[in-house]
Amino acid sequence: MADRAQMRKIISILVRNKPGVLSHVAGLVTRRAYNVESIAAGPTEDNSITRITLVVSGDEQVLEQVTKQFRKLIDVIKVDDIPHELAMTGELALITVAFDPSRKSEIMNLVNVLGMSVQSIGLDSITLQVAGSAQRVDTAINGLYPFEIRAMARTGLVALPVTPAGAQ
Amino acid sequence: MGPDDKNKDKAPRAKAADKAAAPKAGKAAAVKAAASKAASAVASKAASAVKAIKASRAAKGPAKAEDILNGAQAIVRFLKERGTPLVFGYPGGAVIPLYDALYDSGLRHILARHEQGAIHAADGFARATGKTGVVFATSGPGATNLVTGLATAHMDSVPLVAITGQVPTTSLGSDSFQEADIYGISIPITKYNYLIKDPADLLPALSEAFHIASTGRPGPVLVDIPKDVQTAALSYFPPKTVPIPGYSPSPKPDPEGVAKLAEAIAVSRRPLLYVGGGAITTGVQADLLKLAEGSDMAVVTSLQAKGAFPDTHPLCLGLPGMHGPKYANIAINEADLIVGLGARFDDRVVGDVRRFAPLARVAHVDVDPAEIGKRVPADLPVEGDLRLALELLLATISPERKPEWRARILDLKAKHPLAVPKAGKDIRPQAAIKALSDKAGDGALFVTDVGQHQMWCAQFLSVSKPRRFLSSGGLGTMGFGLPAAMGAALGHKGGQVYAVVGDGGFQMTLQELATVRQYGIPVKILIINNGCLGMVRQWQEFFNGRRYSETVFGYNPDFAKLAAVYGIPSRRVDKPQDLDGAVSWLVAEKGPALLDAMVAKGENVLPMIPAGKGQTDFYETEG
Ligand SMILES: Cc1ncc(C[n+]2csc(CCOP(=O)(O)OP(=O)(O)O)c2C)c(N)n1
Ligand SMILES: [Mg+2]
Repeated sequence: MADRAQMRKIISILVRNKPGVLSHVAGLVTRRAYNVESIAAGPTEDNSITRITLVVSGDEQVLEQVTKQFRKLIDVIKVDDIPHELAMTGELALITVAFDPSRKSEIMNLVNVLGMSVQSIGLDSITLQVAGSAQRVDTAINGLYPFEIRAMARTGLVALPVTPAGAQ
Repeated sequence: MGPDDKNKDKAPRAKAADKAAAPKAGKAAAVKAAASKAASAVASKAASAVKAIKASRAAKGPAKAEDILNGAQAIVRFLKERGTPLVFGYPGGAVIPLYDALYDSGLRHILARHEQGAIHAADGFARATGKTGVVFATSGPGATNLVTGLATAHMDSVPLVAITGQVPTTSLGSDSFQEADIYGISIPITKYNYLIKDPADLLPALSEAFHIASTGRPGPVLVDIPKDVQTAALSYFPPKTVPIPGYSPSPKPDPEGVAKLAEAIAVSRRPLLYVGGGAITTGVQADLLKLAEGSDMAVVTSLQAKGAFPDTHPLCLGLPGMHGPKYANIAINEADLIVGLGARFDDRVVGDVRRFAPLARVAHVDVDPAEIGKRVPADLPVEGDLRLALELLLATISPERKPEWRARILDLKAKHPLAVPKAGKDIRPQAAIKALSDKAGDGALFVTDVGQHQMWCAQFLSVSKPRRFLSSGGLGTMGFGLPAAMGAALGHKGGQVYAVVGDGGFQMTLQELATVRQYGIPVKILIINNGCLGMVRQWQEFFNGRRYSETVFGYNPDFAKLAAVYGIPSRRVDKPQDLDGAVSWLVAEKGPALLDAMVAKGENVLPMIPAGKGQTDFYETEG
């Protein structure tokens, strides 16, 4: 196992919007010991259907199993595994950063450079929001390194396959 | 599940419907009583009940008076209408409405002495008949007592529906008396499960539950029903069809994949069929015979598949893996094509995946795509229904005999026979099981418990028909044998049912002797009594320097006397020269009976491939 190459994969699942669905999905992840980096769930264009997006890592065989096991869940309508290069992804993060009042302009500068928006601001802390690709969110968070991050909430990745038109 | 059950799940048998209509007078009274009871329940739950009725009316037109039932009555009527022959269960506070509806319904109920006994019995009934087993239990401890039985059925893909009572919806989540989150608990050990919070969801859920339990790769489904849902009024309109988006239980196999498989069999010189429980579910024994005989394919049958191909057939090599005969595992090692059919390639069959069948291409036909490539990578995968796949395969293949391989198979069997060890001063356990096999006759159905005796049963019982050998293979549940045999005996027509159990496992569910006695269920019990937890003792002997930690019983009761207390005819046998007579007595008994066979302690199950080892790494005993 250890010598097999580890990969990451985005799995997008459409499920019946019923109580307990998330328990079934989360339960599968734990009992089969899969490595899930993030999980995000939300409504779709059809209110009887929920989309769950997972970022999973493992070797090729494990990742194939993950897809098949999700397909097996009764509430699952469809499973797409989207190769990274063909995925449109998005994520949102809220970050509360502490700052010394003397460095206020420094942080405001950083916020602009990193393309973040200000959600609220106090005397010695500021809450920022960044949305976009996972890479963009990572870059923004890393860019805040001169300051102390007090709290952070990330939604986890959501994804859709690139449509042919969107690819051009 | 056989084809019969498929029909059954769609339309109740006419006969059952007649029976349901028979006790009319009683029913009318019951409906009246229930209606007045329902009335008071409705008062408190008026809003939701009205909503439920409105909802189903809106969909199906106005309800007739007799179609207004409470939830519990609807459950019982639903079970009767779909032709459920009997249910197993155990009452309690949260299912009092359900048992009240059952009371004069004419639906047959077997009162077990423990919920674990009830669910294993429903499981045994399902395995023996192919029909979906049904079990009732109350909330909290009743429901948690089902856990082992659910997991057992889940591992062996047995169609079961468990109906549990739950605290009222108004108390859910408040740690109320006898509340346990059986919905959450049972997620990993069921094919699907429900917690019914709205009476309007009850009938659709029941329809779905039976559909899901019995189709595709079968499995247990749990329906948790709060007490107030059982008492709420609803109009009886079970949905005719249950479309579940994304659930396609028996997909047609891809003809191209089947063609490739046919080609592979044609060019193979040493083909081997590895048959699993899916072959029993789909009832394909005739096709298997045709396929194997047409191309001289060797056949190994997993523990779940024993009987899917006749043990007496020259091409049959029996159980593959850890305790299979040497010839089965040597043949796997020599084969150039292994065709898995509804089998899991599990770790008791394939100890070391990397060294499995080094010369072979592997084909895998399974209705569950997730099984294909899960442990052993498949060179020739075929996803889909096994029956359809075999039909297509037989239509495609141009069979070609392989006389050299056939000769090799016969030669291997002659060279490495599975033999009962010579008699000593004590009865050999293998001899007791062999004697039962020889005397039991054609119609016999065998149920085992778990341990050494189970493996000796796999080795020495000759079984030539499907659904005649039932064993907890995947979970390895001690205590399965007696209750499962009880359920099997209630479903198996035209033959005797034997429970072969160890002295350890027997003591895990022996309370069911009372059930056996109460209903006169004709189960014949053979205890292979070695005074120890033989299988664990064996591992300690081989792998833990004979440190027999807690595996030898310091005390066992006299099981024959115990059976006598339950009013069950019984004997004990401890001398080799008395064995034959004692087994003949057991076979001749008409009703339930128990034979306690005192056998040699310290006997080991051989051959053995230690866990994780290659197919021919047979454990060598010293001396
Ligand atoms: C419920 C349960 N507990 C523990 C085990 C572990 N176990 C497997 S075989 C075995 C020994 C069974 O002893 P017995 O029923 O006397 O059968 P024998 O092996 O002696 O034939 C044990 C303890 C099990 N399989 N199931
Ligand atoms: Mg024992």
